[in-house]
Amino acid sequence: MSTTVTKAQIDARLIMPFVNSTRNVLQTMLGLATTIDRPRIKSVPAPEYDYSAIIGFSGQIVGVVVVSFRRETAIKMVNAFAGDEVEPDSSDFSDAIGELANMIAGAAKKDLGGVASISVPTVILGKGHIVARPSDIPCMVIPCKTEAGEFAVEISIKQA
Amino acid sequence: MNILLVDDSKVMRNIQKKALAALGDVTFAEAGDGVEALAVIAQNPGGFSLMLVDWNMPNMNGLQLISTIRETDKKTLLIMVTTEAEKERVLEALRAGANNYMIKPFTPDALVEKVRGTLAKLRAA
Repeated sequence: MSTTVTKAQIDARLIMPFVNSTRNVLQTMLGLATTIDRPRIKSVPAPEYDYSAIIGFSGQIVGVVVVSFRRETAIKMVNAFAGDEVEPDSSDFSDAIGELANMIAGAAKKDLGGVASISVPTVILGKGHIVARPSDIPCMVIPCKTEAGEFAVEISIKQA
Repeated sequence: MNILLVDDSKVMRNIQKKALAALGDVTFAEAGDGVEALAVIAQNPGGFSLMLVDWNMPNMNGLQLISTIRETDKKTLLIMVTTEAEKERVLEALRAGANNYMIKPFTPDALVEKVRGTLAKLRAA
């Protein structure tokens, strides 16, 4: 059964699991501390990043989560994750970006308050891309900062 | 020790390989999903000491793979390595035949400890 979800409910229930999972994944797998800036509603689908990994949610939680990076940040983070230099734009590069998003979304999932499944990641490589999202679900942007650079976790999910 | 790593992420498989090299005399085989894993298993009649299995993979997921393996093989150690952290998921994997469960993200030391602990439990049984 659908319920109307207010902005306050989104902020309280759905943001913190992703804040926690992002910090945990980056610290554990990359050794990077993450500073989280103030989350905001994404008002326009502006192309801001060079790489995005998309994870779909289904079940009692539905929607999409997108983790997006600029090129320089993605290169540093992928190399830190792999423990080696990875050729940018290669299949291993997109694999690494997808796996980071998979862990961020997967680790958050258990704290979202419902039974849900996540998709395998889809990775988009290319400057100026726009990710279309479900039109009935507000998109919350969590701006993240690390020594490797800035990236964003964008959440468009709701309880089904 | 012959270990099969099953994960659709090659980067993740490489991370696991690097970590598990700490175990000493280890060789690795790899597969990107459950279908590929079954083919690798069929091509290795000597079997594997241990398999690390991801849950969410294309073609055949880790839960389906473990269930299929356990139809004919009750002995090989199977550890699910996944982001699926809910208690119900853990129980589901253990009921399907996993011997242990490792939640991502993990440090290399934590993975090695999980494998050592699983091997020790087997020896004690």
